[in-house]
Amino acid sequence: MSDKITPILMPKWGLSMSEGTLAAWHVEEGTEISPGDEIMDVETDKIANVVEAADGGLLRRKVGNEGEVYPVRMLLGVMAPSSVTDAEIDTYINDYEMPEVEEDEDTGPNYEFAELGVGKIRYTERSGEGTPVLLIHGFGGDLDNWLFNIDALSETAPAYALDLPGHGQSVKPADSADLDLMVSAVVQLMDHLNIEQAHLVGHSMGGLIAGQTAISNPSRVASVSLICSAGLGVEINDDYIDGFVGAQSRKELKPKLKYLFADQGLVSRSMVDDLLKYKRLDGVQSFLERLKANLFDNGKQAINLIDGLKKIDCPKQIIWGEGDAIIPQSHANAIDGATVTVVSGAGHMVQMEESSQVNELIKEIL
Amino acid sequence: MARTLSMKDAINEALDLEMERDKTVIMMGEDIVGGAGAGGEEDAWGGVLGVSKGLYAKHPKQMIDTPLSESAYVGAAIGAATCGLRPVAELMFIDFMGVCLDQIFNQAAKFRYMFGGKAETPVVIRAMCGGGFRAAAQHSQMLTPVFTHIPGLKVVCPSNAYDTKGLLTQAIRDNDPVIFLEHKNLYGSETDVPEESYAIPFGEANISREGKDVTIVTYGLMVPRSLEAAETLKKEGIDVEIVDLRTLSPIDMDTVIESVEETGRLVCVDEANPRCSIAADVSAQVAKDAFKSLKAPIGMVTAPHAPVPFTPSLEDIYIPSAEKIADAVRETMGA
Repeated sequence: MSDKITPILMPKWGLSMSEGTLAAWHVEEGTEISPGDEIMDVETDKIANVVEAADGGLLRRKVGNEGEVYPVRMLLGVMAPSSVTDAEIDTYINDYEMPEVEEDEDTGPNYEFAELGVGKIRYTERSGEGTPVLLIHGFGGDLDNWLFNIDALSETAPAYALDLPGHGQSVKPADSADLDLMVSAVVQLMDHLNIEQAHLVGHSMGGLIAGQTAISNPSRVASVSLICSAGLGVEINDDYIDGFVGAQSRKELKPKLKYLFADQGLVSRSMVDDLLKYKRLDGVQSFLERLKANLFDNGKQAINLIDGLKKIDCPKQIIWGEGDAIIPQSHANAIDGATVTVVSGAGHMVQMEESSQVNELIKEIL
Repeated sequence: MARTLSMKDAINEALDLEMERDKTVIMMGEDIVGGAGAGGEEDAWGGVLGVSKGLYAKHPKQMIDTPLSESAYVGAAIGAATCGLRPVAELMFIDFMGVCLDQIFNQAAKFRYMFGGKAETPVVIRAMCGGGFRAAAQHSQMLTPVFTHIPGLKVVCPSNAYDTKGLLTQAIRDNDPVIFLEHKNLYGSETDVPEESYAIPFGEANISREGKDVTIVTYGLMVPRSLEAAETLKKEGIDVEIVDLRTLSPIDMDTVIESVEETGRLVCVDEANPRCSIAADVSAQVAKDAFKSLKAPIGMVTAPHAPVPFTPSLEDIYIPSAEKIADAVRETMGA
């Protein structure tokens, strides 16, 4: 009978997550759930997010209680058709055993490092079929900005995300900090991974990099998805960029991070701490100052890709968070012929705040 | 790549990276190389608890084993600092500071002032502090207030491995004398520590735990003890915020005041003796600057005004425990 039973488990977001709090259920027992439905809120010490159903089915039993902490992969609920009896569900719950953790660490996703011409680059890889998708984060970000996207996208294509130079755990260059360096890092990583052609997905400054990579290397790029992207207009929130670069303490940084999200409650203590830890690494401060001077000085974007993007043929899509407070949503319509989607209820970090909608949009272009 | 490191290894890594980065960084101390009887440079002791183990093999020209004379080598380190080196003197135990205090508080702490701002003294004096090591009254003291009392000294006392690496790096790069105090009972405690170098600025407290009912202000070993108390209190419905001062001079009173303004209640936890302590200092400043925010009298948890006992059962009672901290919080809550 158990093959008719589908478990709902505590998700695992990123390598460091070992447990999460089931903050709230969004569905009742007896509800018919469709894949993609929002079923519960889960919070970790790093982030809070809505969990969407991976599978559909009739919710028969809630096993997890609201407000309690559960380890990753713990059974939180049971879906089964009405033909399955309550006794069978009881047996299933009683017999449920959590998969071994060590097994997951051996075979599960991990961070990799590549020694490239630009220096050491950290990336992560999820295997899949077809033309790969490469995810490029924005200014001050890292590959974990794609925490809620990379696993879903790997259902459709091999998925990669990298830490750009000067970011995350990649090299902190002492001299250059410009668009050429970033594009070189992307192309060199593709060479290193023997990726002839990839779908590029870029967020914010990562969109600028994805677009420029496509313009200068059209044969290497199958499509571009530009999310709240730089390079499509002039304006950019100087208070954010300046504040992010200048902030030395939690007090200075936290208010600036609120620009990133429509739901400002998402700016958690550990998000602020993690960014401060990144900013304190030797070489990061001067790198960000140089990058800002080259790309985003005085509230103006220095580089515009509109003409260049119009000249290349690959499919282009633009995704924007309706409440983006960093780059104006009006830039979404800059490219004729691009598919444009404005996502409501999300800010600049739309790929985190409305991950399933963004994932579906990216999968369509893949 | 998540990598955990103990506080002891974080100290070693900070010293290693700074000696590598800047050849003017030198180490001085008793047995910091510790080669007597060792099979080779790699096997040398590296200090009484092995904190500097392996460093001599990498930086032989930057490490000096000194004679057993604290006043001599601390004075030499301070003198070398005024002449362009960045010495890190290791004093083994904070309790030994007594024999070299003139060098520290009359000389190092005063040079910048006495020479009209023209002199810099980039010296770090590292020492183990605190109790719980069964090391008796002359090797177990928490003498932090002795040094915070003296203008011209910076005083650091970290609570975890991540902060230790970043604060020690900052201490070495700082152009003023820094007293860097390492709680010996935290040497084995582990956190994630980046492999790269990083510096944590002085005068910025860390909020180790956010809460809305009571603020605990503390540092050093008392941070994990307070976190333990907070977990107990959470089950009783009391939500505790913990401010880890990290640096005691300069002290981040802004963060303390902001937190107390939110919670309305303050408990100061300090392993030092109670009179003229960090706890007393923070209490006085909050009473002066945030009196109207307080909903209850300020709580204090400290060691008693007595030497640290050698008897293990008495030493365990002497050092503030998570239970004592939880009791003080409950009292502040009126529970």
